[in-house]
Amino acid sequence: MAEFLQHIINGLSQGGTYALIALGYTMVFGILQLINFAHGEVYMIGAFVGYYSSKFFGEELSQFWMSLAGKMAEDGQTLIPTFASSLLTAMTIILIAMLVCACIGFLVERFAYRPLRSAPRINLLITAVGVSLLFQYSGQLFFGSDPKAYPDLFSDLDVWTFGSEEESLVINPIQVTVLTSSIILMLILRHVIFHTRLGRAMRAVSFNHDLASLMGIPTNLIVSATFMMGSALAGAAGVMVGLTYPKVEPLMGSMPGLKAFCAAVLGGIGNVTGAVLGSFILGLAEALLSGYAMPTYRDALAFGVLIVILLVKPSGILGVHRTEKV
Amino acid sequence: MSKESQNKFAEIPGILGMKGWLFAAAVIIFLHFTLQLGLNAYYFQILMFAGINITLAVSLNLVNGFTGQFSMGHAGFMSVGGYMSSYLTTTYFASNPDMLQNPIISGVIFFFALIAGGVAATLAGYVVGLPSLRLRGDYLAIVTLGFGEIIRVLLLNMNIVGGARGLSGIQPLTNFFWVFIFALLTVFCVWRVVHSAKGRVLLAIREDEIAGTSMGVNTTEGKVWAFSLGAFFAGIAGGLFAHYLTTLNPGTFDFNRSFEIIIMVVLGGMGSISGSIVAAIFLTLLKEVLRPLQQITGYDLRMIIYSLVLIGMMLTRPQGIFGTSEITSLFNYFKKRLKRGAP
Amino acid sequence: MKFNSLFPRLALMSALCSTSVYAADVIKIGEVGSMTGAQATFGISTHQGIELAIKEQNAKGGIKGKKIELVSVDDQGKPEEAATATTKLITQDKVSAVLGEVASSLSLAMAPIAQQNKVPMVTPSSTNPKVTEVGDYIFRVCFIDPFQGTVMAKFAFENLKVKKVAILRDMKSDYSVGLSDFFAESFKKLGGEIVVDQSYSAGEVDFNAQITSIKAKKPEAIFVPGYYTEVGLIAKQARQQGIKVPLLGGDGWDSEKLTEIGGKHLNNGFFSNHYSQDDKSPAVQGFISAYKAQYSKVPDGLAAMGYDAAKVLFAAMEKAKTLANKDVRDELAKTKDFQAVTGKITIDDKRNASKPAVVLEVKDKKFVYKTTVNPI
Repeated sequence: MAEFLQHIINGLSQGGTYALIALGYTMVFGILQLINFAHGEVYMIGAFVGYYSSKFFGEELSQFWMSLAGKMAEDGQTLIPTFASSLLTAMTIILIAMLVCACIGFLVERFAYRPLRSAPRINLLITAVGVSLLFQYSGQLFFGSDPKAYPDLFSDLDVWTFGSEEESLVINPIQVTVLTSSIILMLILRHVIFHTRLGRAMRAVSFNHDLASLMGIPTNLIVSATFMMGSALAGAAGVMVGLTYPKVEPLMGSMPGLKAFCAAVLGGIGNVTGAVLGSFILGLAEALLSGYAMPTYRDALAFGVLIVILLVKPSGILGVHRTEKV
Repeated sequence: MSKESQNKFAEIPGILGMKGWLFAAAVIIFLHFTLQLGLNAYYFQILMFAGINITLAVSLNLVNGFTGQFSMGHAGFMSVGGYMSSYLTTTYFASNPDMLQNPIISGVIFFFALIAGGVAATLAGYVVGLPSLRLRGDYLAIVTLGFGEIIRVLLLNMNIVGGARGLSGIQPLTNFFWVFIFALLTVFCVWRVVHSAKGRVLLAIREDEIAGTSMGVNTTEGKVWAFSLGAFFAGIAGGLFAHYLTTLNPGTFDFNRSFEIIIMVVLGGMGSISGSIVAAIFLTLLKEVLRPLQQITGYDLRMIIYSLVLIGMMLTRPQGIFGTSEITSLFNYFKKRLKRGAP
Repeated sequence: MKFNSLFPRLALMSALCSTSVYAADVIKIGEVGSMTGAQATFGISTHQGIELAIKEQNAKGGIKGKKIELVSVDDQGKPEEAATATTKLITQDKVSAVLGEVASSLSLAMAPIAQQNKVPMVTPSSTNPKVTEVGDYIFRVCFIDPFQGTVMAKFAFENLKVKKVAILRDMKSDYSVGLSDFFAESFKKLGGEIVVDQSYSAGEVDFNAQITSIKAKKPEAIFVPGYYTEVGLIAKQARQQGIKVPLLGGDGWDSEKLTEIGGKHLNNGFFSNHYSQDDKSPAVQGFISAYKAQYSKVPDGLAAMGYDAAKVLFAAMEKAKTLANKDVRDELAKTKDFQAVTGKITIDDKRNASKPAVVLEVKDKKFVYKTTVNPI
């Protein structure tokens, strides 16, 4: 029983990582109907930005927050200074990565995708593949192709263990953070999409580009904004994954990127709730498959699921509501 | 589209007559014997890979260029064909090693092994083509990519072909003749298909699938057909590749290999056979030409240059160098100009 | 077979190359490696080892008074590129010998070409037995899978006294699959039991699913014969799930990065390696300090193997009567008790290196010498 529960936990936490990437994927797809192959690479760049920023000024940051948190603690607050400062440092780094990735997303959209918006979709797709490869290989050039060990910001953090020595359940607090942040981000995105002016504009652009522009919506601006949001999410995902699994390398983005895409299609592409749902299902399925049945087929699972879902229900699990699309 | 259109095809510039194709085959046989005498082994090897790449690029062009589908799983078909034919030849020659001494018998066996590999790849292509009944554009692209991955994982799990350790000790049966005769055959078949009624179906799918369907064109059949035929030649190319390198590994046929073939098709022009041929030769050469650059800078910039070329191409000339026209139309153009110039 | 008619021409060509080598006052050595692509980190380490060996040899005055020049070519981890690169090195650059590759799948694409042209090829770290079976010009300076698998099986059974072992293999890597298979074989022969055989593929970062199912089988040790790029993460996740049993591995573990990524979680980990950095012998200490001075980092196992492959080759070249390929090959085959960084190398009749393996224990981010296992 403990084994099964542990598999569920593993699956959910793996799903959380996919969800973070899938959210950005689904946003971009929703607005442009483009599979942004470079999304996985933006995620990789996010991880590296986090790596370098925590390497170069992680110390200063954590000291800054430490002193601040320490002061607050003296004032009678019940904050645990080290943990709080680690958390704040991590959040600052995530913010930096999000900013950088948003800029990259903007540039990619502006210079690679926008000129092709009226071109056949296949050209856009080829460009996306090109951008993805460009990032992969220039990543190898600039960052070096050896894997980098991610700085351990939460070094004092222990995993939570439940149960006896024999049958124990283990939960990693960082993974819980990843999981909750993916859900929180999903809720924020839902709010943005359905309850703000920007979101309404996004939905309009997604529904019909030309019509939206006739209605006075600055479509280019909206597309840029969506791209930046999607890329920022990928950047955040990169740092969070780096913190959970402390290894980053230039080719780390392609596989998770593709799997996240599969998850997004499974949940119904263009649908933020679907992206998260699909990711969790995929994560669980992978964990159970490698735990109980055929571990060697794990890599093929995501694509198998993708093919089946596309044949059976191409709109995905939650894809029926057209109105929910970004 | 009966008589009138068929008459039109007859006028399409550049269709070689049967004589022309046979002449090309004769040239290949001639070169097969002469090149072995004098050509530097390095250039010879580049030539061989160029030939295999021509087969791959032209067959992918049938799917990506003429039918307008976006397949990213060509390497997967290649691996199916490569593994199938290598498995056949290695098991056969393991039990009949003396047959290797006889060039004719081993050649015939090799030929049938290649065809078997092609047929296996065709089956795979058929399976991949089926989902395309319901899918378009981007989805299909990612499904073919996924299929490539699935094939790779299956191969990793097949101990009969060595799994992760790969298949080695394959007989080096590939030679100039086989590579180029199959390249010629690919060009021939694709050319004939494209300029037949079937080819019109494929073009209809590319230009407007919905309009095509409403006109009574069986787009489903056309797509599956294009996939199967493209896969067949990819499988042949895989067999040639395997018997040239004498070793196979599931990792060889990853996404990057598919990408290499795609860039050949895109660069040459989606819908131009001669474009694919030129691009396949050009890119195979470019790889080698750029090697000194790597030795000078110490970095391998080739993939970066490739991807930049791809993006630049899409932004400035998305139809590729040749667009949908063929190199022969260039000749015809000059011919016409000459005529006009003449009094 | 038509291909056969190619051979005499190639032989002639290689004869021509060797003559041109005499004429020049440099000796060209070719290297094929993965400088980009997924395997690049291994290729670059090996390259640095080779570079260092050449620098040292040239400082000593080269070989037979001639300087050594390295021509290294990137194969991007693709076999056809490795094949073309080898042909280019042999026919265009006219190298006297070829060094490479790390991955057996790539060495297997190179070896037939080197063999046809009768150019000696030394692979630093291709462990698949089939590589040297290609022909009598192909050598290696590393263990082959059967030996290393046996070493760890023996160590687990006799030194750690464990009976139930789980295997977690990298299904994508022929190296890892080979080690796992031979480990399982000899461990069962010794009387042990493989309780579960799990797998992952290189590049993944989450191994919790595999670890959970291993944990449920309650093994007394886990054999993880992957590369350091993944093992660090595996160790971390295994320890976090409360698995305290020893982790075992092969020479793919040998890198600073292992403990950088895995940290304290790698304690109670043991792996077979070619040498121990604690070894006080001048060969080892000299290499480590020279490498540190050159690249300002600690050499990993692959760097040491690259260094040794070059060293073994240079020694054979020095001893050879002439620098003709045939003579160099013969001397390579005669290599006996060559004191390399990775142990005393003797080339056996199958052109494999026969040398003792050491077992190292990971203790607080240090690799501590545990025991030596001699070749069988």
